[in-house]
Amino acid sequence: MIQFQNIYKAFGKLEVLTGVSAEVSGGGITAILGPNGSGKTTLIKMLLGMVYPDKGEILFDGKPIKKEWQYKNDISYLPQIARFPENLTVTELINLIKDIRGGTPNEKRLIDLFALESHLGKKIKHLSGGTKQKVNILLAMMYDNPVIVLDEPSTGLDPIALVRLKELILEERDKGKNILITTHIMSLVEDLSDEILFLLEGKVYFRGTIPDIKEFAGEDNLEKSIAHLLEHKNAENIKV
Amino acid sequence: MLKILKYSFYDLLRSKWTLIYFLFFLMITQGLLYITGDEAKTIVGLLNVVVILCPLIATVFGTVNFYNSREFTELLLAQPLKRRDIFIGQYLGMTLSLSIGYFLGVLIPFVIHSFTYSVDYTVLSILLFVGVFLTFIFSALSFLISLITDNKIKGFGLSILTWLLLALVYDGMQLFILSMLDNYPLEKISLVMTFLNPIDLSRVLLMLKLDISALLGYTGAVFNKFFGSSFGFALSLSALLIWTVVPVYFINRISMKKDF
Repeated sequence: MIQFQNIYKAFGKLEVLTGVSAEVSGGGITAILGPNGSGKTTLIKMLLGMVYPDKGEILFDGKPIKKEWQYKNDISYLPQIARFPENLTVTELINLIKDIRGGTPNEKRLIDLFALESHLGKKIKHLSGGTKQKVNILLAMMYDNPVIVLDEPSTGLDPIALVRLKELILEERDKGKNILITTHIMSLVEDLSDEILFLLEGKVYFRGTIPDIKEFAGEDNLEKSIAHLLEHKNAENIKV
Repeated sequence: MLKILKYSFYDLLRSKWTLIYFLFFLMITQGLLYITGDEAKTIVGLLNVVVILCPLIATVFGTVNFYNSREFTELLLAQPLKRRDIFIGQYLGMTLSLSIGYFLGVLIPFVIHSFTYSVDYTVLSILLFVGVFLTFIFSALSFLISLITDNKIKGFGLSILTWLLLALVYDGMQLFILSMLDNYPLEKISLVMTFLNPIDLSRVLLMLKLDISALLGYTGAVFNKFFGSSFGFALSLSALLIWTVVPVYFINRISMKKDF
């Protein structure tokens, strides 16, 4: 479904990705992990055509995405920071996305799920950070797309909303969708992910399931395993 | 593109800055009409406000708006849309909402005035038109500068500097060059220099239609000879059009290659 082929990217002198290759297909939740600045968001943005690779190619459904835009009809994307035109109301924003994407979204269910009914008529600038994130999730998830990309989805959410979000993500996985997720919250990774893609120093340093990574690091807890990987990084151990 | 334009336009039309801009022109036009009681004098008075203020507001608004809507731009970039439609749509939405604020702010007092006095709509329409053109040009310049400069402060500084150069410094420079070269025929130089600055171009365009080109002194005489004809008018219009199209072309080109 999605193939990253030997991707290189540098911002000025800072080399962020130095030969990332990975394939995501067959459904399931893949967590993209790595320290700050390891290129997680860059990789995701490349998939969405927001950042262009210096070298390498990305294929979506077997076709290169370069200069294409129609393939984005099949991707739901939740950006890291939720900021929208301040003077539009939530309803207008929903309509904007509906206007752009067409089709028949299921926003009603998500409005109920995140208790957004009372906020629909409010302007974005009058919403709290957490509510904005809920709107962000609503906009991203209201379409039934085969690929879902979530960049730090839990930012600012209260515990109830977080539980609902997890349920929602698992529900989508059960429909056989490919879900990519980045987060720094390890409990979220443990609860959700089927597979981990660990980026370090611009490359895929580790790829496998949670038990795999624990075994690889020789620790019994995910957080410690990740810390272990960071402390004892050794390029010889790359396992993809 | 129309969808983006529509929403960007709605968003800005409802921001209080567009409203303040509208009210400002409404008050100043009404005030000038009231004080002078004469439409020609009001238009001259307004011209001096318009050629400085329209570019300034377009510059400030364009830059602030661009940086403020960066995350929203990112959201749009993730949607199935062409990049061109996103950026040109946002640019047009912003420019149109500013233009409407200005347009109605100036027009409404004149329409009210026309109930009791006769109003020369040719000159008024040139004034309106010039203000709208300046808004389009300076919004495009500031949008372009913001697109190139990722640093907000730097982008803002550069945009203001561009405005300062074209609105204030340029006249001084022109005068300096003309006085340095006063042993040579200067018609062509001063004509070319005017074409290179949209603010000068707008000012001259209106002054000549108002029949007070004598106020412009030497350059006025040169321009009267040149701009007076319909050919000159068409040529200066084309120059304003080029001033609009070129930055928009670069907005499109740069936005195609940029990482977000």
